[in-house]
Amino acid sequence: MTVASPTDFEPQGLQPQGWLKYFSFSLDHKVIGLQYLVTGFIFYFIGGALAGVIRTELASPISDFVSRETYNEVLTLHGTVMIFLWIVPVVNGAFGNYLIPFYVGARDMAFPRLNAVAFWLIPPAGILLIASYFVAGGAAQSGWTAYPPLSLSTPAIGQVIWILSVLLLGGSSIFGGINFIATILKLRRPGLKLMQLPMYCWAMLGTSILVVLSTPVLAGTLILLSFDIIAHTGFFNPALGGNVVVYQHLFWFYSHPAVYIMVLPAFGLVSEILPIHARKPLFGYTTMVYSILAIVVLGLVVWAHHMFTSGTPPWMRLFFTIATSFIAVPTGIKFFNWLATLWGGKLALNSAMLFSCGFIINFVFGGITGVALAQVPFDIHVHDTYFVVAHFHYIVYGGTVFVIFASVYHWYPKFTGRMLNEDLGRLHFLLTFIGFNLCFTPQHWLGLNGMPRRVAEYDPSFTTLNQVSSVGALLMAISTLPFLINVIWSAFAGELAGDNPWKALTPEWLTTSPPPVENWVGEAPLVTHPYDYGIPEGKIDLRVASGADLWFGGKR
Amino acid sequence: MAIPSTLITLLLGMVLVLVGLWVGQNVQLLPLDASTNAPVYDSLFQVLFSIGTILFIGIVGLVVFSLVRFRRRPGDLADGVAIEGNLPLEIVWTAIPAIVVLFVGIYSYDIYERMGGMVSLNDHSAMHHSPDVMQASMSSAPTSSESGSSANEPRVWAGIGSSDSAEGTLPVEVTAMQFAFIFHYPEGDITSGELHVPVNQPVELRMKANDVIHAFWVPQFRLKQDVIPGQPTVLSFTATRAGSYPIICAELCGPYHGGMRSTVVVHEEEAFHQWFEKNAPPKPIPATVASINLNPTA
Repeated sequence: MTVASPTDFEPQGLQPQGWLKYFSFSLDHKVIGLQYLVTGFIFYFIGGALAGVIRTELASPISDFVSRETYNEVLTLHGTVMIFLWIVPVVNGAFGNYLIPFYVGARDMAFPRLNAVAFWLIPPAGILLIASYFVAGGAAQSGWTAYPPLSLSTPAIGQVIWILSVLLLGGSSIFGGINFIATILKLRRPGLKLMQLPMYCWAMLGTSILVVLSTPVLAGTLILLSFDIIAHTGFFNPALGGNVVVYQHLFWFYSHPAVYIMVLPAFGLVSEILPIHARKPLFGYTTMVYSILAIVVLGLVVWAHHMFTSGTPPWMRLFFTIATSFIAVPTGIKFFNWLATLWGGKLALNSAMLFSCGFIINFVFGGITGVALAQVPFDIHVHDTYFVVAHFHYIVYGGTVFVIFASVYHWYPKFTGRMLNEDLGRLHFLLTFIGFNLCFTPQHWLGLNGMPRRVAEYDPSFTTLNQVSSVGALLMAISTLPFLINVIWSAFAGELAGDNPWKALTPEWLTTSPPPVENWVGEAPLVTHPYDYGIPEGKIDLRVASGADLWFGGKR
Repeated sequence: MAIPSTLITLLLGMVLVLVGLWVGQNVQLLPLDASTNAPVYDSLFQVLFSIGTILFIGIVGLVVFSLVRFRRRPGDLADGVAIEGNLPLEIVWTAIPAIVVLFVGIYSYDIYERMGGMVSLNDHSAMHHSPDVMQASMSSAPTSSESGSSANEPRVWAGIGSSDSAEGTLPVEVTAMQFAFIFHYPEGDITSGELHVPVNQPVELRMKANDVIHAFWVPQFRLKQDVIPGQPTVLSFTATRAGSYPIICAELCGPYHGGMRSTVVVHEEEAFHQWFEKNAPPKPIPATVASINLNPTA
């Protein structure tokens, strides 16, 4: 019997090899993961440019940079691109595809072809969405929420293209979700128990359950909305006896869980990154798992907190206040567990660790304003203001996007076999952290004091803080430059990483960098303790122990 | 001898709580309060602000302390301590947030009730002649609501009612459209582009939208209610401070959404009566829809 070499696994056939495979209908989960990641970053820069238009317009209190219609198109596209083409595909599709098969000890996803289909729905949907800006009447103008009757009365072609694009992206997301559930539950290596899986598997299992349960509701709602636009039905048209508030219920039944679809995978990724760079086990594995499941269950029954000022009856407001507030409990458990993971560790202050800690700080801030927003009386004042804009950017940018950057710094050596430059990485972190907080902290005050969201013009007394916010946005734009230089330069000239530069125990590090097709040469490793770092209490590490340590038994 | 770490922790905790309470009491982030609801809201805000400050400073402090204290020194290749969990500790940090959240939830429910949010809107005595629910035609003129009210019990879908009886309440009908608010006073047949209200008298806004969803927001009153086509809503408030405050549309309603603003003028009682007398049509002739439209005021 001979040991199979990587070349034996190379599929022969029509699939292109080498760099061309990244432009092909590849079935390799790692290729698909990187396809998701790079596509996501392209849309991130498009969405970022749109954000730049918004912040430029808001640098002055009058509508003077773009026309009012264009401004509404820009804010609609910004929201849609950032949610459906950047964050959801990257934290789910990119890292999910790359890591989940490793973590369960599989050679690929459960349904590789469905996986490739799910990815290849994204570029056409994205191009469709961006192209709608150039059709007659322009892109959708009714915000990413597309509330009727506004979405019924704005230019129809752009709105219908928007619906089509979101339906394609929702389909992609559902395909991905089914694939993750099947892979995690059915493709586990024999001998690997559920409670031995790395935390990201649990996060993706929870996320995928949310995707599969709630995305079809959005799809159905948007199909009804498109009937209202094209066929002049009256589901959501009050002039024809329709009910506009029903749309909001259906929309938020997906779109609140969508927040967890965006942050739960980020929670999972941080849970992988922190133990490795703190050289400690993940604190409270079991409670972390149950917290994720609690967030999944509660996340499905909190949607109406987006509707406290619209047509909801009082009892409903009460129920959704309490349910929403209670999400803070499992979320809090996760944060305390991460803090406990850091405590007493040997923290490497590299870019991955800094971005992860930035995530903790930003997300805690966003979580605190989130608990405040859950209180009906509080929400009634600040709903639909810049306070809410600031809050959710702290969650999705300060939270998830920081984790995406941390993850890129952490897994880049695995993707490419080369290290990223740490100095550029720390500079990237510093600029992003300062720019982000400068951009969004003042917006809390603006919202409390009377600036509604989605406006192109505002009270001149808010000019200074809006300009501060725009400077912050500029810093955020600049912060991507060291990152871009770093990832491109390091791909060719970065320091060679070796297979396991972080001395990690999770299975993706127990193979070559980059890994071969089908992940491991020979049998997949069985990792039953993915976070088995650290020295047991009372034991002494001989590599660093001094004579005194040995004499006192390490208990000085 | 070094100070025991438990003592330092205790002292730091006390300082943190004091700082949080001080910040909640003394850092003013909200605009002027000009309704009976606003001080109630502000007290909730203070509580949330204090709790949030304590939590945020505490967690940032822990992160920064960990990053400094536990950073890996050059040459140190060892691992940290292998602590995988601590059940009592985990129970504590599950129980404390649960209690805090429950407390905040109950407290805010109490405040919401004091604001009138839990008032049942459909057996509401103040709702004499609100617009008919089904009368949601896109083309209805702002003042035609009177004609539609018949035997049908009007259904108010949502809003913030007033808990006291209708006595002394000033009703105002609000019509929102792209991109303006129109205010109509049924008691004096006045139609205005600005809202004029007396100080210290309950006002009930009965709101309907002609085209898309709008939202009526007065930051100084800390009140907001969506104005929804096809679903009348109410908003009750009592202004407490004379002055002019902005009315802002807070729901994206089209290209000129940012320009959809008006003003609420809170008058002293005497001044309000003068304004009302001056703008109300002459008494002898019963006002008609046409005469109102011919005499736009304010």
